[in-house]
Amino acid sequence: MSEVKTKTPISNSRIGDSAPRPDGIPKVKGTFAFSSDLWHEKMLWGGTLRSPYPAARINKLDITEALLIDGVHTVLTHSDVPGEAVYGLEHADQPVMAAEVVRYEGEPVAIVAADHPEIVRRALAAIKVEYEEMVPLTDPEIAESVGHIHPDGNVFRKINIRHGDQEIQGDIQVEGFYEVGMQDQAFLGPESGLAVPGEDGGVDLYVSTQWLHADQRQVASCLGLKEEDVRITLAGVGGAFGAREDLSLHVHLCMLAMRTNRPVKMIYSREESFHGHVHRHPAKMWYRHHADREGNLLRVEARVLLDGGAYASSSGAVIANAACFAAGPYRIPNANIEGIVVRTNNPPCGAMRGFGAVQTCMGHEAQMDKLAAVLNVDPVEIRLKNALKTGDQLLTGQIITGTAPVAEVIRTCAEHVPSYQKSSDLMSLPGGAGRTADPEHISRGEAIAVGFKNLMFSEGFDDFSSAVCHLEDGVATITCACAEVGQGFVTLAQQITREILGVEEVILAPAATETVGSAGSTSASRQTWMSGGAVQKACEEVRLKLLQRVTEEHEIGIDDLVLAEGQVLSLNGDFSISIDVATENPLEARVEYRHAPTFPLDENGQGDAHVSFAFAAHRAVVDVDPELGLVKVVELITSQDVGRLLNPVQAIGQLEGGAAQGVGLAVMEEVLVAEGNIRNASFTDYLIPTALDMPPVEVAAIIEQPEPGAPFGAKGIGEPPSISSTAAVVAAIREATNLELPRVPVRLTDIVSVEEPS
Amino acid sequence: MSNDFYTLNVNGEDHQVADSWAGESLLWVLRERLGFPGAKNACEEGECGSCSVRIGEEVVCSCLVLAGSATEQEITTIEGLSAEGELSDVQQAFIDAGAVQCGFCTPGLLVTIDDLLEKNENPDDLTVREAISGNLCRCTGYGRILEAVQIAAASRRGEKRE
Repeated sequence: MSEVKTKTPISNSRIGDSAPRPDGIPKVKGTFAFSSDLWHEKMLWGGTLRSPYPAARINKLDITEALLIDGVHTVLTHSDVPGEAVYGLEHADQPVMAAEVVRYEGEPVAIVAADHPEIVRRALAAIKVEYEEMVPLTDPEIAESVGHIHPDGNVFRKINIRHGDQEIQGDIQVEGFYEVGMQDQAFLGPESGLAVPGEDGGVDLYVSTQWLHADQRQVASCLGLKEEDVRITLAGVGGAFGAREDLSLHVHLCMLAMRTNRPVKMIYSREESFHGHVHRHPAKMWYRHHADREGNLLRVEARVLLDGGAYASSSGAVIANAACFAAGPYRIPNANIEGIVVRTNNPPCGAMRGFGAVQTCMGHEAQMDKLAAVLNVDPVEIRLKNALKTGDQLLTGQIITGTAPVAEVIRTCAEHVPSYQKSSDLMSLPGGAGRTADPEHISRGEAIAVGFKNLMFSEGFDDFSSAVCHLEDGVATITCACAEVGQGFVTLAQQITREILGVEEVILAPAATETVGSAGSTSASRQTWMSGGAVQKACEEVRLKLLQRVTEEHEIGIDDLVLAEGQVLSLNGDFSISIDVATENPLEARVEYRHAPTFPLDENGQGDAHVSFAFAAHRAVVDVDPELGLVKVVELITSQDVGRLLNPVQAIGQLEGGAAQGVGLAVMEEVLVAEGNIRNASFTDYLIPTALDMPPVEVAAIIEQPEPGAPFGAKGIGEPPSISSTAAVVAAIREATNLELPRVPVRLTDIVSVEEPS
Repeated sequence: MSNDFYTLNVNGEDHQVADSWAGESLLWVLRERLGFPGAKNACEEGECGSCSVRIGEEVVCSCLVLAGSATEQEITTIEGLSAEGELSDVQQAFIDAGAVQCGFCTPGLLVTIDDLLEKNENPDDLTVREAISGNLCRCTGYGRILEAVQIAAASRRGEKRE
């Protein structure tokens, strides 16, 4: 990584530079205000009573005793919800608070506002709820065929992709069942926020989120207010990874603040956070790949079943991705893919980094390895032979018109000479110091995987972002509602503005619903393109206005002028005026930016549903002690298609961080759900990779092929690192153990088989 | 509730804590009563390290320390690392190396690393990994953090790391 520039002066913070984060200084000083750091005069604390059962009827709900506790200001239940009783990202099916029934463990039943969190705790304990337990529906396989557990039914969405010849048989066929466990986003900053009642009957909400305007629409609906009376401002976000795309405490906080007429703050505990947000869908997948004897893929059959849990969230879009990308970035002329996502009484699932493509990547890559084994060819070779390229068709019939350097990411990743050395330190062995493996027994495995997904929203969604550029006295102020969740959009917004306007000082106004239109969601690897595009467009309009002004005032042809280093200059060098002076009268542009339109899938799952695609490959090296079942991921090597590199250091951060979440899913992370109950809702029991678990990530290649239509040619880069990393690690463990390992995370007991007594 | 108060010495200054509940953690008192929100609340059960502060010479999870037990000791929080508003070498290295993304783990990591480098100016990779293994980070995968530690360590040794 020594080639990555780590220090760049501000004046060199344009496109392509490793510009430093504008929020870096407050974040290292501890003064950056996260949503859990908010404080307000006369502030109360809020809390939520949650169902202990995954399925139950509420026969009685008695808040009398809780209300009598000194310091309790209000206790509210479903009957106090002023507007719509339900909300949801795609379909409003999730109650603000449960009325007659609860459908998952942790579903909110009542909320409290009190003087101190300890009083909140006591009040929650004093609320009497009489539950009549029901048998929870926990098996997604039977959800379609049993009685409905919700008026909207048990199937969120079914997709059938029928592409090409539905009958053709390959001389070579490989088949497999695969399973992916439920992963948690495990952002570090817990759900938290502060609601302040407005004097006008509205409410101000400061909250960590991924999508301010979608929150505003849903909150206003549930509060029975006009959207403009719910003013939402982004509070500092401690990571997101998909888990903040849905509402959590938003409506509750506003209800408490409006009822008590006091500011109310709420912070979820870690345990509550596990119950308070959606997870990555667990998947069960069946595949059959058909190929000819040369290893050319002829047809893929697959069935993908996702468990959506109790409420819809974004399940419909997740299954569309899982189905569309089910067979991986390969040229496949014929396919039959069935995707289905169902409702159960398990924890609700929705968005997480990779969004449907993570699960299927684990399946299609295992299939490619099986195919290579049957044909006795190199796994890299069979991937290269079938690699998608520009001009090829997807399973949906869509022709890829943008860049698709699949062969490049595979080849560079495969050819990279890794730098790892076999360490003899006990801490480097599988199991670490605590359960040290015997070095003599360690088996090393190495494998490659490749994956892809769509960038931005698909299937005809009106996907846009908005931005305002205000240039005054040579200082640019950018207003955009893009949620900065850690990914570094704030850095890019400054780089783009400096690049176009040639000014040094770029102020970023707070992201809020009041000052600017929607930026869309910080998800789907879309903000570099979408809000980056909006900022670019706003700056270019201001630039044009500035040039026109200078042209008119100084009688110079507009084509003879450039902006650079804070000056408007004529190309022949005869004229210059500082932008400070030229913008004493401010200039402003307010824009919306859209990507090229997409279209819905038809009844055969065919259509131009997506805008653009990004590809990545990972190669994993693992050490396994097969007797103890211990795994150490020794090294990851990656290559990624980025379109154009806008900020090298930030890009490396995405590649490393995304890979870490992939390693977690491969070997340690799973929300364990038993009969609908989460068994490990804590960081003691739900383990995420530490610095000792995480191997070095070597970047073999960052492939820069500018994407047509993308601002600066740049593709989003956040999700691909999480897609093929899991598949590569599990494949490497298969190499080391010769076990089939059809399930992630790979557990100790998957490696060490306990033989049944005969 | 009681009317008694106790005194905590935070970043070299005494602060009186009045009307506190008996069970309040040092993390809670620092954040909510004394106005030091730098230590963070990611798990509040001693697993994530985001609440790390130094008491005397020892780095602790402030969520696991009863505030009332931390009297008569010197408590150093992230706010105490940048004396006079100047960034410390480790803080600057975090920015330069790209070790900050969402930033929620950052204060705890900085307190831990500052302590590590005071005790060991030349830690190798595995030593650093072990030292920070009690600090969870979900954004970075630790690569840039490890780089930042080596940048700061090199500058303490008077070397420049390329």
